[in-house]
Amino acid sequence: MSRVKIPPVLRDSVGGSRDVTASGATVAAVLDDLFAQHPSLRDRVTEEGQLSRFINVYVNDRDVRYRDGLDTPVGADDTVILLPAMAGGAG
Amino acid sequence: MSPVANAATHSDILAAIGGTPTIELARLAPHPAVRLFAKLEGQNPTGSVKDRIARAMIFEALTSGALRPGQTILEPSSGNTGISLAMIGRRLGHPVRVVMPDNTTPERAQLLRLYGAEIISSPGAEGSNGAIRLAQRLAAGDPSVFMPYQYGNEANPRAHQETTGPEILAQVPEVDMFVAGLGTGGTLTGVARALKAARPSVRIVAAEPLPGEQVQGLRSLEEGFVPPVLDESLLNDRFLVSNRDAVIGLRRLLRDEGIFGGLSSGAATAVAIRAARELEHGNVVVLLADGGWKYLSADLWTRDVDELEDELEGSLLW
Repeated sequence: MSRVKIPPVLRDSVGGSRDVTASGATVAAVLDDLFAQHPSLRDRVTEEGQLSRFINVYVNDRDVRYRDGLDTPVGADDTVILLPAMAGGAG
Repeated sequence: MSPVANAATHSDILAAIGGTPTIELARLAPHPAVRLFAKLEGQNPTGSVKDRIARAMIFEALTSGALRPGQTILEPSSGNTGISLAMIGRRLGHPVRVVMPDNTTPERAQLLRLYGAEIISSPGAEGSNGAIRLAQRLAAGDPSVFMPYQYGNEANPRAHQETTGPEILAQVPEVDMFVAGLGTGGTLTGVARALKAARPSVRIVAAEPLPGEQVQGLRSLEEGFVPPVLDESLLNDRFLVSNRDAVIGLRRLLRDEGIFGGLSSGAATAVAIRAARELEHGNVVVLLADGGWKYLSADLWTRDVDELEDELEGSLLW
């Protein structure tokens, strides 16, 4: 089981938890398991089967868009982080 | 070295922007076949990389007529861009108003006031997004203000394409990887355009702040924001950096290399070391956006890291 970190803006879809667990060997599989457990999350995070442009997904500290996208492997000890796209600081 | 090797005489302070030094970080390179270099943007006149884009946005607006005599410059900024605009506004005779989240370090407000800028506070819990929204509301329909809007102004990446990028190519001609913090995306986008035109194989790596819970004040995902100037297709990798790792990075910069960098410099350095480890050989350039001066009050260098981590959770320091 991998740990999935849920940002504050999405917590009402997972009963208020900061962290949940989900299983799967890839990001797609982990998300499918997550959506099966928390169905309302699917529409908020995806658009027509693709990740919404306003959500970024990381395995540990690395953005999956620059790795293998939804096919990026996830190990049992990995943490999947969902984060809304936000303006960074340094501005 | 000749006593004048790094010296130049400029017509005014705005002409002294850019041309920053690049320093090899031999003690931080992960292995001998990889050379790591830091471009010290803290050497700009107001102490940050933002002098480059502020000058470019204002000069372009003056040329196009978008900024007219007597108009006030209004901009959302977590500090550095506001400080650069305040300096330029003072120099050129335009009042400057900066919308800044209320959870940044006091040095930024001090510098802004020193340059004569007016500060409008936005709720810290809403982060930079909140400052952007408030500035847009204040500027809407008000002909007395001009908003450069660094997040959507093409002069931002262009400044880096035309100055920072060519400087890096002159200083480290065989650059294989470039690492910088991700804020507006202007630095990464502009430098990437310049470097990829000269060296298509170069890898562009973003160091992104892991936002604390308390600064993720979005009410819905649709309030999320991808800055229009960021061209994500130019990035090759993107890492999240915790405040803890950023603090450790800035301490290593000071301890091992004698470089006094700000928090985003620590973060970019941490990512550069990590990403450089995956190279068999090559040259990595990391851009250090500012020096440590504006963070002295937060005492990032000597306090207990756990204690700092809790405190930084609710603040906006990059």
